[in-house]
Amino acid sequence: MTTEQIYVKLLPIVKTYLPEDVAADEINPDSDLTGELNINSAHLVDIVLDVEDAFEVEFANEDMESLRTLNDAIAIIHKKI
Amino acid sequence: MGIPAFTAAIKAGTSGIRHFPELESLQFSCQLGGIPPVSEEKKRDYFTELQLRNFNSSGILYGVIAGIDALADANIEFGGDEPLWELGIIFGTGTSGVDKFREAIYKVDDHKVRRLGSTTVAQTMASGISAHLGGITGAANRVTTNSSACATGTEAILMGYEHIANGNATQMLCGSSSDHGPYVWGGFDAMKVLTYKHNLEPTKASRPMSASASGFVPGSGAGALLLESLESAEQRGATIYAEVLGGHVNSGGQRNGGSMTAPNSEAVKRCIRLAVESSGILPSEIDYINGHLTATIKDPVEIENWCDALGRRGADFPYINSLKGMVGHCLAASGSVEAVSTVLQMKHGFVFPSVNCDDTHPEISKLIASECIPKKKISAEINTAIKASFGFGDVNACVIFRKI
Repeated sequence: MTTEQIYVKLLPIVKTYLPEDVAADEINPDSDLTGELNINSAHLVDIVLDVEDAFEVEFANEDMESLRTLNDAIAIIHKKI
Repeated sequence: MGIPAFTAAIKAGTSGIRHFPELESLQFSCQLGGIPPVSEEKKRDYFTELQLRNFNSSGILYGVIAGIDALADANIEFGGDEPLWELGIIFGTGTSGVDKFREAIYKVDDHKVRRLGSTTVAQTMASGISAHLGGITGAANRVTTNSSACATGTEAILMGYEHIANGNATQMLCGSSSDHGPYVWGGFDAMKVLTYKHNLEPTKASRPMSASASGFVPGSGAGALLLESLESAEQRGATIYAEVLGGHVNSGGQRNGGSMTAPNSEAVKRCIRLAVESSGILPSEIDYINGHLTATIKDPVEIENWCDALGRRGADFPYINSLKGMVGHCLAASGSVEAVSTVLQMKHGFVFPSVNCDDTHPEISKLIASECIPKKKISAEINTAIKASFGFGDVNACVIFRKI
């Protein structure tokens, strides 16, 4: 899978967890999910579960710790598929 | 559901009890229950799509709907950016998020604890209901959950009342909620306290005060009242249903006839008497009793306790009825759902029919006149009403309302 293909598949997952006052077009590959997009940090685990289902991969605890942006997620997914 | 539909239903004596094939296939003795119908569309009037993701807690669903409806009816603005320091919440439950907890247990046992997601705790903690309501509203005074079995809802009202009377808050949202379904009701089925005799005639099954009462029908749902000082309500021009005059909460100590599952009658009477005393009224001023009256063989004992505590019997006894004939026993939610029915009767001047007790229990007929238990809706001015709830653990709660 190309980076672009992964990104397109990740977008709708992240959109689900956006607070109501953050628009979907504010998402870019480098946005900090909790810091900039204001996603509740508790929802990071839900994002990971959705990503695992979508890509049929499994994140380790260490992967979770390094997850800040969509680019981080893409890098982790690249390693696993 | 909602104030107008609920008012119309209790006036008409409409039963909400249905037969559930799921309970039949699980081999329940009692295959009946009261479950408020909530459409997917209605859920979205109260919750965001994100909140509804992996949501599986009926008690929180009912509690949030009742709580938000009460705030909206009271014309209170909520949900803004700032904390509401003067608004608190006491929203009780017996056990919360049972279906979600079951989901979690299966995953844990399947070595998939990491798949529980982020909302399992919030949906299964007892305070999940007050916590969800707190987040939606911004309530920032005391936000908590009480639990005293079937006395929970009435106790919540008194806890909110005391908090305001002590000068600690201006407004308290007081209510209680109960999950529905086999995992909540199964323990009661096993205790043989539910009726098994009416599976083919659900609307006849819940028979408070009847000679043919044979156990209660489990219900679910939530009720909520917004309590505040008179000045605060008047300033906003809010609809005032009634004033809380006072009340009392106690326990029979599980002594002298009281046990985990049965009330000590001495404590019940004491609770009623002290509620009257704390309200500064005479028993003769009480126009209406909203009973606990679950439709077990113990209903006559409750009536006798009311007679003794108030010193009134025969034709001198107040009107009395039981909502449980229509909605079943909503367990932890019963006190608040029934308190809502009480203040609606006061506001609109009627006494709802006690359904399914045309064959009034002979022990009850010996104690009070038949006219005290309206079988059809009657119009009546209720100035002073008393509502009591009794729960497992031998706990009692009794509140007195006055029309203003």
